[in-house]
Amino acid sequence: MVAKITPKIAEQDGYKFGFNDNDNATYTYRTEKGLSEDVVREISRVKEEPQWMTDFRVKSYHHFLEKPMPTGFWGGSIQNYDLDFNDIYYFARASDRAERDWSDVPEYIKDTFDKLGIPEAEKKFLAGVGAQYDSEVVYHSIREDLEKLGVIFVDTDSAVRDYPEIVRQYLGTIVPPADNKFAALNSAVWSGGSFVYVPAGVKVDIPLQAYFRINKENMGQFERTLIIAEEGSYVHYVEGCTAPTYSTDSLHSAVVEIIIKKGARVRYTTIQNWSNNVFNLVTKRAAAYQDAVMEWVDGNLGSRLTMKYPSVYLMEPGAHGEILSLAMAGNGQHQDAGGKVVHVAPDTTSTIISKSVSKGTGRTSYRGALKVYPGAVRSKSTVRCDALLLDKESRSDTYPLMEIEEEQVNIGHEASVSKVGEDQLFYLQSRGISEVEATKMIVNGFVEPIVKELPMEYAVELNRLIELQMEGAVG
Amino acid sequence: MAEEVLLKISGLTVAVEGKQILNGVDLTVNRGEVHAIMGPNGSGKSTLANSLMGHPRYAITGGSVLFKGEDILGLAPDERARRGMFLAFQYPTGIPGVTMVNFLRQAMKAVRGQDVPVREFREKLLATMKLLKMDEQFARRYVNEGFSGGEKKRAEILQMGILNPDLAVMDETDSGLDIDALRTVAEGVNALTTPKLGVVLITHYQRLLNYIKPQFVHILYQGRMIHSGGPELALQLESEGYDPVIEKYGRVLAATGEKA
Repeated sequence: MVAKITPKIAEQDGYKFGFNDNDNATYTYRTEKGLSEDVVREISRVKEEPQWMTDFRVKSYHHFLEKPMPTGFWGGSIQNYDLDFNDIYYFARASDRAERDWSDVPEYIKDTFDKLGIPEAEKKFLAGVGAQYDSEVVYHSIREDLEKLGVIFVDTDSAVRDYPEIVRQYLGTIVPPADNKFAALNSAVWSGGSFVYVPAGVKVDIPLQAYFRINKENMGQFERTLIIAEEGSYVHYVEGCTAPTYSTDSLHSAVVEIIIKKGARVRYTTIQNWSNNVFNLVTKRAAAYQDAVMEWVDGNLGSRLTMKYPSVYLMEPGAHGEILSLAMAGNGQHQDAGGKVVHVAPDTTSTIISKSVSKGTGRTSYRGALKVYPGAVRSKSTVRCDALLLDKESRSDTYPLMEIEEEQVNIGHEASVSKVGEDQLFYLQSRGISEVEATKMIVNGFVEPIVKELPMEYAVELNRLIELQMEGAVG
Repeated sequence: MAEEVLLKISGLTVAVEGKQILNGVDLTVNRGEVHAIMGPNGSGKSTLANSLMGHPRYAITGGSVLFKGEDILGLAPDERARRGMFLAFQYPTGIPGVTMVNFLRQAMKAVRGQDVPVREFREKLLATMKLLKMDEQFARRYVNEGFSGGEKKRAEILQMGILNPDLAVMDETDSGLDIDALRTVAEGVNALTTPKLGVVLITHYQRLLNYIKPQFVHILYQGRMIHSGGPELALQLESEGYDPVIEKYGRVLAATGEKA
């Protein structure tokens, strides 16, 4: 799971990582660098997977070879980056990562943990040092309660072993391996991720946090998450955390698939804050059936380049999709984020709200797609994207793609780009608040509509993290 | 009071985007005094207010401003506020997503230079809101977002009450207010006035001065204080308008050979 961080990137981002490749670490198992059919088969063999999964991986690998780098509908252009697929380890026994030494973790990450007040044990977990974590106990009791309700919440590797019939029925149906190059890559080499199954009528009243699912496969580079909400059920899944997720892996490419059946509702909350060397290229998609509701709350901080557009396919009448996207780009970072909604059926509704903040040379792009198929009459959609620029060099672009093939629809789109206003700063400063504090207040206010949708502890942490970023303490 | 003189402005000249607006303003305000600055539109009243608080768009090209004996022209707006200056804005700026209560608490903390106990803050906030006849819900709204004209002006006075400044500059606090709102705001200001406070009231109309009584009235015209007097001057302006004063000023200029 260790990819090369070139010294060039480290320098460019202004951080001294203090190490390059973690080649000296002892691995009980790791595939050779680069990707081949042999490597893919090897991954499946080591995991002792059934034949159907091996076939799924191999087929996906061939799609990966055939697919061009994505453009257009999928996302922005990544051709300008030096992403080398052959310079990456695609699989290592994750337990080995636990052996990474705390002293290898960069000081700036440790500082941020301290400033966020993260407990010692948790810090090590977040940094990939030590897999033991106090909440394991908490998780076990939660899991027992869930099991009584018939809810399944395990890592996806375990699901392939323990619930093969459900996984086989749904895996790759929402994001097929041939969907795009990165979906194909993930399908070929995936490891870890969450599998959630909620039976009909069951409403899970606590957010399921990937946090709790303490497992050695937890922090996978190519996570695969599959959520199935049966009729009339409800679940809120939370992944990530506000603390910077330190990773030596330079490529993260997850796939998330969600199926929301009649009258069910799923909320999926992500807060990600990758270290500055990471390419974070993710395909997230949900299919919502009759009167079902899908809500994505997607917060992206950190990373070198993130491309992520949570999508909702509104498959049957009455389905509703909601995407709240928050992106913050600091020096040298590019957040290419947004959301996509596809109205397939009549009487479907959707909302996309995007907020982005660019600081220093940071760049944010809103990339949205709205598609209405013929016959999806009385579709209603509102898109609103606001960008805030903090510095002269900061940049923000908007790429809203619309393909509306039905007349009888109601579509609204609003976009704004604003700078932190001289007048706003002056106003706050005239009340004794320093320029730095005033800027933090303005930014926190700007992102408030999204932050208020987060679970309390995440909202508090996110606000603090934004404040740290404004102070320039975090990259 | 150990120091009588609160504010001393001498020969202040200010340019905005290269255009000279103030051409040498002199003004001295002692503690406990209320000075009204009146003048027709475009005379430089708001420029004076913003310059005193240190708005970056207003370039000081000459003169000095001493506040409690200290030259403040090199200080950032927040540093001026922490020394006890306050500006009630003519057009308060909206800060989306930031609640009044959060903003006020931060401001109070900043001006004091130390944390304010929650209870003390809450009591102060509720008492001042009550004084200004403001609903408690108001504190939960975002700063100046969707406020009516009257609400904005009340919110300014609320801030003044909470920050407890030594000098309050009020820029057209009466504009956009109906008579009831004007009375409430004025009563609020009067209730907040203490012997230590100096007030500079900037206004176009005399009507505010029916409620807040100044001891001194100055007329600002073309970036200069062309005339000063007592409260009777405001009444005279009310009945005669600015023209007689301006004409007289013109004759003085002509006599001294100076250009307006």
